[in-house]
Amino acid sequence: MSARIGIVTFPGSLDDRDAARAAYLAGAEPVALWHDDAQIHGVDAVWLPGGFSYGDALRCGAIARFSQVMDTVKAAAAQGMPVLGVCNGFQVLCESHLLPGALVRNAHLRYRNRPARLRVETDRTAWTNAIEPGAEVVMPAKHGEGRYVADEATLDALEQQGRVVFRYLDNPNGSMRDIAGITNEAGNVVGLMPHPEHAVEALTGPSTDGLGLVASVLAHLSEGARR
Amino acid sequence: MSQYVAVDTVGVATATPDEKQPWAELGLKEDEYQRIREILGRRPTQSELAMYSIMWSEHCSYKSSKVHLRQFGEKNPRTPRLLAGIGENAGVVAIDENIAVTFKVESHNHPSYVEPKQGAATGVGGIIRDIIAMGARPIAVMDSLRFGAIDHPDTARVLPGVVDGIGHYGNCVGLPNIGGETYFDPCYQGNPLVNALSVGVMPRSRLQSMQASGTGNIVILLGAKTGRDGIGGVSVLASATFSETGEDDARPSVQVGDPFTEKLLIEVCLELFDAQLVVGVQDLGGAGLTCALSETAAAGDGGMHVDLELVPLRAKGMEPHDILASESQERMLLIVDPAKAEEVLARAHRWGLLATAIGTVTDSGRLVVDFHGQTVVDVPPKSLADEGPVYHRPIAEPNDLGLIAVDRAETLPRPSTDEEIRQTVLDMAASPNLCDKSWITEQYDSSVFGNTVLGAPHDAGVVRLDERTGVGIAISLDGNGRFARLDPYHGAQLALAEAYRNVAVTGATPIAVSDCLNFGSPEDPHVMWQFERAVTGIADGCQKLGIPVTGGNVSFYNQTGREAIHPTPVIGVLGVIDDVARRIPLGLGRTGDTIALIGTTSEELSGSEWASVAHGHLGGVPPKVDLDHEMKLADLLSRLAETEQLAAAHDLSEGGLAQALVEAISHSGMGAQILLPEGADPFTYLFSESSGRVLVVIPRGQELAVRTACESRGLPITPLGVADANTNGLHLRDHFDITREDIDAAWKGRIGARLGE
Repeated sequence: MSARIGIVTFPGSLDDRDAARAAYLAGAEPVALWHDDAQIHGVDAVWLPGGFSYGDALRCGAIARFSQVMDTVKAAAAQGMPVLGVCNGFQVLCESHLLPGALVRNAHLRYRNRPARLRVETDRTAWTNAIEPGAEVVMPAKHGEGRYVADEATLDALEQQGRVVFRYLDNPNGSMRDIAGITNEAGNVVGLMPHPEHAVEALTGPSTDGLGLVASVLAHLSEGARR
Repeated sequence: MSQYVAVDTVGVATATPDEKQPWAELGLKEDEYQRIREILGRRPTQSELAMYSIMWSEHCSYKSSKVHLRQFGEKNPRTPRLLAGIGENAGVVAIDENIAVTFKVESHNHPSYVEPKQGAATGVGGIIRDIIAMGARPIAVMDSLRFGAIDHPDTARVLPGVVDGIGHYGNCVGLPNIGGETYFDPCYQGNPLVNALSVGVMPRSRLQSMQASGTGNIVILLGAKTGRDGIGGVSVLASATFSETGEDDARPSVQVGDPFTEKLLIEVCLELFDAQLVVGVQDLGGAGLTCALSETAAAGDGGMHVDLELVPLRAKGMEPHDILASESQERMLLIVDPAKAEEVLARAHRWGLLATAIGTVTDSGRLVVDFHGQTVVDVPPKSLADEGPVYHRPIAEPNDLGLIAVDRAETLPRPSTDEEIRQTVLDMAASPNLCDKSWITEQYDSSVFGNTVLGAPHDAGVVRLDERTGVGIAISLDGNGRFARLDPYHGAQLALAEAYRNVAVTGATPIAVSDCLNFGSPEDPHVMWQFERAVTGIADGCQKLGIPVTGGNVSFYNQTGREAIHPTPVIGVLGVIDDVARRIPLGLGRTGDTIALIGTTSEELSGSEWASVAHGHLGGVPPKVDLDHEMKLADLLSRLAETEQLAAAHDLSEGGLAQALVEAISHSGMGAQILLPEGADPFTYLFSESSGRVLVVIPRGQELAVRTACESRGLPITPLGVADANTNGLHLRDHFDITREDIDAAWKGRIGARLGE
């Protein structure tokens, strides 16, 4: 049986269907999760998709943190369940303190949509273990609030612990140390601003590199099952 | 309560027939006011007066344009594809036996000048709700923008605001922006044009109606609370010419958009449609509740009773006429079977969206509105929705037409040496209308939904509708105000031909049209002449091409003082493509592929981008239109897409062949070796804007097949050279070279730089 990836729909989520397509194309079974439902229905991993949850009221991701489903996701993440946050999902993970730092207004103050070239810095996460470290991947980056910031000590710790997962090769938003995505200490929770779900078909995306993240989590889950 | 004593009720109106009413201030003419009194058999209440003034305004009633727009209905070709047409919220066309597509383009010009960000944002929001109201899921947006001179200080206010508004709304509501156009001309300085298009897809069985039918059915208001925003927006803003002094402060009349609520509206409405919980649906746009109540009642069984105090408000002290006129955004009106009302409310609640029963459908033949038990409106709904005034405005051919026609750009001094022509290519590429628009398009999401196959800067946007079959659509939105200024009939047809060709260039087959007609004041007989000619041009053109006009919008009063904009019909053409994997992209294919030109290049420079950039000139006669030729061309391109015999294709329009090569080179990163045909004048060949031409790139081994396909259709094809990855930029044999670095330096980054960024 293929692994089940739960995809959360918050009011204002936009990429939930696209995340489901990415999961499906890479061989996983997508399962719809609802913001107001604490149940995550036995899924093996969770994907927090992009969008503007709760209209980005207060701050991006700030309200989603208090949703019913996030209580369960936080508990599951602590138990090692793979969790991916993309764009607004990354913002939710930071607001929920599952990942350190914050995502603030782009340095150039505009929403910008460009294919981003990224270097995959580590394969020691649930979502990148099937990707060669140092590999260059391309995914659309499109956001107004994607500049990753953290204090120096946090940034140093991320670097030293190998927790910078994706780095921009052409920093599009002024992110500190060109950081596009990071992971938690355990490597099961990953957040990134660029969109893997919009790089899954040659016909519609700049690459198919996004499939690598789902392939990784499938490998991670099947390895876990063997143990 | 004392607050309600002052309310002007039907009873009060009957008892005080001689009360002075501000009908003139509300934009009504004396005979119109008298007609209202005749219809009602008494003076109207304040609320009724507000409703008539709004529904009978130019914007809502189309009173100046109606007599001309009839041509669309009369000349429209009959096609089994057309499921809903003019008069509906948006036209609906069948794609196959299962799915249908609805699309429409609409203007939000005046609000976008007053408050660029919110004006443009709510323009996008409004057109999206038209799509929802037909039963479709909106799947993409597109925009056609026109601003004043790029270096005018006010353009630096208007353009970034408009782009921010379109981006903010579209990005937050989650729709890909799949293309459009942006032009600059001093004639739009005080009257920028913001025309927004949205397209949606639905199972054919989900087509919705705006009828309030079924006596006893419940009227539900869904979405945002009603506030003071936009009160008088339609009648004050869209139906009056801006004063030259700019002293009128219309700011409070522009509505504020909330894309988050709109996103919830989309999801809730689609859930309700799928569960077959609604009988009728109408969006609230210009004219708010007034329009939605009267239109649904007029389309249905003819009667409705509404208790206005039930409408959730976000401002205190709103009077009944305020509530009726409010243009608060993100609201829809639903007509629901009472047995299903509870479920409708519950589903809205699940998404956190407000839904309130405010009335019932009746068989009284009257639209009755009570406010705290007092009747403030009691009118026949058709008198508001369908029986507004119709004007036969005077029409007069402008006196300067003859002078303009002989002032031909073909007689202007031209560059003659190779170096001068080379520099002209670069100057043109760097000019505001031709330069790279990515400063704008990068502010829009283009890939959400994961179905965008082609977006900006392609000639048309291509979107996949069905992942299983690969069926998709192509849409292009085009206008050319300069051509229309020289000759509105043929200028409108040139815009139609270009949009049609842009769709065909992707390999899609054009099937339907939506138009947005931007003109000056209808009270000026010369403007009305332009309007009549343009409408006739479009109607005749669509009849010839065999594709119906399915809807659209008219925007008059794009005029500051006596200065009207160029007549600017903007045409949206929708096409269908059986398998989006076979679409033809922009580019240069591979090394060794043949570059060729289909169509004929004549010396046609009047109204061209070159005449404008090099001489600031506008005169002469626009290029010829040959719709027979366009149909053959479209047939050829769809055939070559199907057989995968073209590597790339690009429409030739503003800037001619030179600009098409610049764009293909910059986009592909490849080089092009070009040899102009013997005897061709290089300047004319590079910069003429003859219509009906397409640059094609033919894969090796397909040259003969493509030539044969052209010849069998009587289409002239001229080989121009080869694509070559090892050539840096453009090599124009015997004339000059331009490196890719030089092309990029001229073409890219111009918009931001000109705006001071």
